[in-house]
Amino acid sequence: MTGVDLRRTLRWGSIAGAVMVFTCAVGLFEAFEDRLLVYPFLSLGHVLLLWFLPLAGYQATNEPVLEGMEAPSKGLHNAMAGLGAGLAGGILIGAFTVIIDAVDVRDVFVRLSARLVDLLTHGWGVPGGLVLLVAVPALLGMAGGMLHLVSAPVRRRLILALEWALVVALLEQVFSQVLRQLRLGAVGNIIFTRRALEWWAALAVAVLVAVLAERARGGIGRIRGYLFAADAVRRTRNSIWSALAVLAFLIVLPQLLGSLLSELLANVGLFLLMGLGLNIVVGLAGMLDLGYVAFFAVGAYTVGVLTSPISPRFDVEWSWWAALPVAILMSVIAGVLVGTPVIRMRGDYLAIVTLGFGEIVRILFLSDWLAPTFGGAQGVRNVPGIPVGVAEIRGSQPVGVLYFAFGLVLVAAWVSWALQESRLGRAWTAIREDETVAAAMGINVVRAKLNAFIVGAILAGLGGALFAAKVGSIFPSSFELLVSIIVLVVVIVGGMGNIPGVAVGAVLLIGVLGGPTQPGLLAEFAEFKLLIYGALLVFMMLRKPEGLLPSVRRSRELRGDELSQDAWLDRPSGGAEVDARPAGG
Amino acid sequence: MDSFLWVVRIGAIVLLIWGVAGTVVQGLSGQGPTGEAWRDLVVAGIAQGAMYGLIALGYSMVYGVLGFINFAHGEVFMSGGMVGFFVANYLWEVGLWETNFVLAILLVLLSSILTSTLVAVIVERIAYRPLRASPRLIPLITSIGISFFLQYTFAGLFGVAVKNYPPPPESLRSRISLLGLEIEGSKLLVIVVAVATMVGLYLFVEKTRTGRSIRAVAEDKEIAALMGIDVNRTIVATFAVGGAMAGVAGTLWALLFRGVSFITGFLPGIKAFTAAVLGGIGNLPGAMAGGVLLGLFEGVGPQLVLAGFGIPGVSQLKDVVAFTALVLVLIFKPTGLFGERLSAEDRA
Repeated sequence: MTGVDLRRTLRWGSIAGAVMVFTCAVGLFEAFEDRLLVYPFLSLGHVLLLWFLPLAGYQATNEPVLEGMEAPSKGLHNAMAGLGAGLAGGILIGAFTVIIDAVDVRDVFVRLSARLVDLLTHGWGVPGGLVLLVAVPALLGMAGGMLHLVSAPVRRRLILALEWALVVALLEQVFSQVLRQLRLGAVGNIIFTRRALEWWAALAVAVLVAVLAERARGGIGRIRGYLFAADAVRRTRNSIWSALAVLAFLIVLPQLLGSLLSELLANVGLFLLMGLGLNIVVGLAGMLDLGYVAFFAVGAYTVGVLTSPISPRFDVEWSWWAALPVAILMSVIAGVLVGTPVIRMRGDYLAIVTLGFGEIVRILFLSDWLAPTFGGAQGVRNVPGIPVGVAEIRGSQPVGVLYFAFGLVLVAAWVSWALQESRLGRAWTAIREDETVAAAMGINVVRAKLNAFIVGAILAGLGGALFAAKVGSIFPSSFELLVSIIVLVVVIVGGMGNIPGVAVGAVLLIGVLGGPTQPGLLAEFAEFKLLIYGALLVFMMLRKPEGLLPSVRRSRELRGDELSQDAWLDRPSGGAEVDARPAGG
Repeated sequence: MDSFLWVVRIGAIVLLIWGVAGTVVQGLSGQGPTGEAWRDLVVAGIAQGAMYGLIALGYSMVYGVLGFINFAHGEVFMSGGMVGFFVANYLWEVGLWETNFVLAILLVLLSSILTSTLVAVIVERIAYRPLRASPRLIPLITSIGISFFLQYTFAGLFGVAVKNYPPPPESLRSRISLLGLEIEGSKLLVIVVAVATMVGLYLFVEKTRTGRSIRAVAEDKEIAALMGIDVNRTIVATFAVGGAMAGVAGTLWALLFRGVSFITGFLPGIKAFTAAVLGGIGNLPGAMAGGVLLGLFEGVGPQLVLAGFGIPGVSQLKDVVAFTALVLVLIFKPTGLFGERLSAEDRA
């Protein structure tokens, strides 16, 4: 067949096969096989198993169109290459199934059970079910290859429609809850069966999205035009209106969500608060702080020991509001103590040392030595809630926590925004891009960096204070390194240095997947949460280091569009590439 | 700023002397550990430190060649120990572990080395190679992602339970007299294997053709390429050798502690990085010496310094001692005790 690159096809086919084998071997397929997405035939397990095949089929003939060259012709060969890739993948997973059916490896690989074989072969046993197991991937691969045959806008719409149908099915909980709160529970009962979207409803969603896709693009463009109006006075007025609109939305939202979803969103708020703080340290000042959890812990423990009636040492029983300034002061002190020694180090050493500080703090809170003050492994319990007027905000009323967290987040967002535009914020940007030049221009580099550390520490301490009142009891195990890493992933996935980006990251990750100990919307993912976080971090770094909603300036830096001579962003083999660029970038 | 560093410096030294003095006073008044207990702490510290040193070699080599911290190296080490367990367990079931322990442990070692090497090379190919030209922190963040991904992949593949190696034979559990010192057999074996591996690696890097190309690429990638060295192959070789060292360390871990689980790699990984910095990053004998030193600090430090302040439960704080060592080294001697060996561009 002309135009089918056999090596490329086989390569993508074997990658697809490896993805499927991996999905089975770590237990993702089996765990989600019974979570239906589209009633009655498509489960989450199937999606996780097969999602890569259309992509592989598409990639099998995806040639970059070079400038000035003729685009490669489309035709049957696209479909055939996709089919070939899918077939190769299918044969791999088929062979894998035959092997685990014949050899019992359960003692070593805990997930490769007889049940897995049964599920993979659709219950038809090994020779019979194999046909299906090879044919479905082959067809999906062909479907992927055939995407080349439609024009780019149509392809975009098709993919978008498919994605939205899956998202609606996956987030069934949110949609049916919102429908219930709007007194439309009956609609929810019709389109959702056993937590899955009915197949005709999925089709309807897909069609709706495909039709509306272009219109939505236009709408987004108009919103952009509205927000970034050229006239300064109009721009200010417009942004005030839109801020009010967002505020109104945030006030109404908890009423729509009910207490379970409010709880999730309160966690989002907590992590958003910390994300905004880390965003200042990492995104604006350019220091990779892996010990961010230390400040969170300091804030939480300070509030805990000062307010709890059974605090091991202090018998003061302050209210949350009285303890808050102390917690912030403690965070500032911790920020200075950690920041001062580390800010002169080169970027990667700074990362590891802050990680070390984070662990030191956790181990100290856990130790017998400090147990008379902080309770050791028993932690501090009976931390009261936040008194607001006559009411008290605590974890058992998530809606209240949610409003309070929103309030703190708005303050934090305003502070970060104001700082970003301030003299200090510009100093951070300058330092991030070139420390030597910044120092030469008269910026006090050490002081500016230390300020970033302190502001970050304050926001984390505030998060800790909120956390203590929200959960009511604090244990050293809540302050693992994992917290730092997850906040970092939130900032990176959302977009370093961009406040709306961090918000998007927090909603997507903490809301959907969940925090280190907090469940997310897809609570069933708990076991695989960190696997997904790790994979996501790698994927973002390889494909989109600037995040989903990038800050323009930051993405230029990360893509190396500007001359980077700075120590932080030093390119290991930079010289030649930098020189090759036209001056002025 | 500089005055602050001086305060920290003097404070650290004063606290150190104060703590040691307190411990000495306690010792003279007949409290505190006996001489034998001290000796055991030292030996255990050296054995554990030798293992850290082997892992540190991988950090040091990769940093020397590519200029970034391969945070996932601890997981490379864990993967070897984990797969080694299944081999050991099989050999125990067929009886070879008891009848011919030497052959059995060699097989375990081999499987552990192969696994770690393979994991290191695959990770390089998939995650690090596309990022060669990125800013330095990008591969570091990637390696953190890889680290979590590998941890939870192993948890998914093999389950989350701690896997206990079969007990070593009687001869290793008893004490062996050596130069008037009585040392636990397994610890002695760990030290001997670590030293032998280190000598082997040193010869490899200094004498073989591949070793020379590794040094050349660490010095300057572009000139190395001009001299006809295949840079990609050399980088793969670096990861492979570092992985193999981590594989040896995986088996040594099993000899020392027996239990392996999917999070085993994290703490030794961080500590090995500390060891690499302590010895001077890029400096291979330095990494080994740094490992032994760190093991000693960690083994003896809590008893020697912290107990002098009358702090209870000092053994809980041994990780604090290790991390404090890291912080102090990076504040006061970021080039390490034995000098770092980096190309000019990585040193920036």
